[in-house]
Amino acid sequence: MSILTTYANPTNFLRLTGRLLPWLASVAALALAVGLYLALFVAPADYQQGETVRIMYIHVPAAWVSLLAYLVMTAAALATLVWRHPLAEAAQKAAAPLGAAFTFICLVTGSLWGKPMWGTYWVWDARLTSELVLLLIYLGLVALWQTIEEPGRAARAASIMTLVGFINIPIVKFSVDWWNTLHQPASVFRMGGPTIAASMLWPLLVMAVGYTALFATLHLMATRNEVLRRRVRRLTMLVAAGAKPSVARMRPARVSP
Amino acid sequence: MIRALLALFRRDLTLARRIGGGGLMGVVFFLSLVTIVPFAIGPDLNLLSRIGPAVLWIAALLSGLLGLDRLFQADDEDGSLDLLRLSPVPLELVVLTKCLAHWCATGLPMVIVAPLFGLMLALDGPALWGVTLSLLVGTPALTFLGAIGAALTVSLRRGGLLLSILVIPLAVPVLIFGVSTAQAASGGTVPFLTPLLILCGLSLGALALAPFAAAAALRGAGE
Repeated sequence: MSILTTYANPTNFLRLTGRLLPWLASVAALALAVGLYLALFVAPADYQQGETVRIMYIHVPAAWVSLLAYLVMTAAALATLVWRHPLAEAAQKAAAPLGAAFTFICLVTGSLWGKPMWGTYWVWDARLTSELVLLLIYLGLVALWQTIEEPGRAARAASIMTLVGFINIPIVKFSVDWWNTLHQPASVFRMGGPTIAASMLWPLLVMAVGYTALFATLHLMATRNEVLRRRVRRLTMLVAAGAKPSVARMRPARVSP
Repeated sequence: MIRALLALFRRDLTLARRIGGGGLMGVVFFLSLVTIVPFAIGPDLNLLSRIGPAVLWIAALLSGLLGLDRLFQADDEDGSLDLLRLSPVPLELVVLTKCLAHWCATGLPMVIVAPLFGLMLALDGPALWGVTLSLLVGTPALTFLGAIGAALTVSLRRGGLLLSILVIPLAVPVLIFGVSTAQAASGGTVPFLTPLLILCGLSLGALALAPFAAAAALRGAGE
């Protein structure tokens, strides 16, 4: 717990992540480079799908991270509501556009894969539709963050919306098990082990590590930017309040946290 | 407490009846949406009767959303929301009461006129009953989900558009099971009771959970 409280201090957070970021970014770059090499040159072509199966290595990790980003955002939303900590608010705000971006990558690569495999770019299948709804929820949250001006109030509104929208996450995950539709069922994280050949599983897992490290890097960078943005905002308001000292002395300026 | 809630219920109904933008306007908007569909897709009666339930459901969703942005905003503007927040009655029950009043003022009229509009879309007897029943059971869910969006956007100027963006993804399951209830009534492959009961479950779940989310949002907006 003491570690948590130490690094919940924004200054300590900035110092720690400043040292951590280069390493994290290196892990992301290395894993993505190795993963892409394995995926594009080493992994075999599928006996049915041919070379198009290589889209999988871009598509599947993006789908995982699109859910991971929402989980991170939900945890930050809970922390915002329980402790009202500015760092949780910043982490939450930083995760929304990233989640939207990974969801978008997942949808685009999926439809590019769908055209040669299923003969269509888009079907209204349960997995595809729930992922599209996830994108809409992310975009709605981004809009909510941008519309409410005061950071603290925006954070509480976004937290509630995040928790309400969480209903969709299990639907995305289990849609392929509940509804028997065009999208294939889970083949990696399932009861009884993966059904995917080891020669394809390893490149996929390396790509997953790369995507996760990439998300962590971008998320920490965006969170740092948000912390700094708030400091600038606070300083600006202090300067604005100090610009008219006679008024400020009579009525103490209200400065938002 | 019951008396206070009843007074609030009556007040909201009276306000909806006397001030423009209440139930009647929602019904007129509902009618306009139903009217423009045949112009857009052509007056083919077979096609209309097939997509009729879906058209009625989309029209109900959109006209419901249009009225929702005023659910808490009017009270926020004239200060009565602050009084409601300070009152000893739990804010969750206040939200619940306001939602019920709002549904009686805007949702119920739409359910009542749905058979008439269904006739204009060439629906036959069983389909008419099916779509009316599904709207009766399903529109409360739309009102409660919409209340979350209304509470989140309460202090925003022109929050209506943001409200729709936030609420429409949440309304997807209600729409799916609403339309499948209506289609099952006119002889589908699914037994009628299954989607109807799921729709009831969605409405009851929204009734149970949405007041807490909306009340939390209203408290956050008031600080």
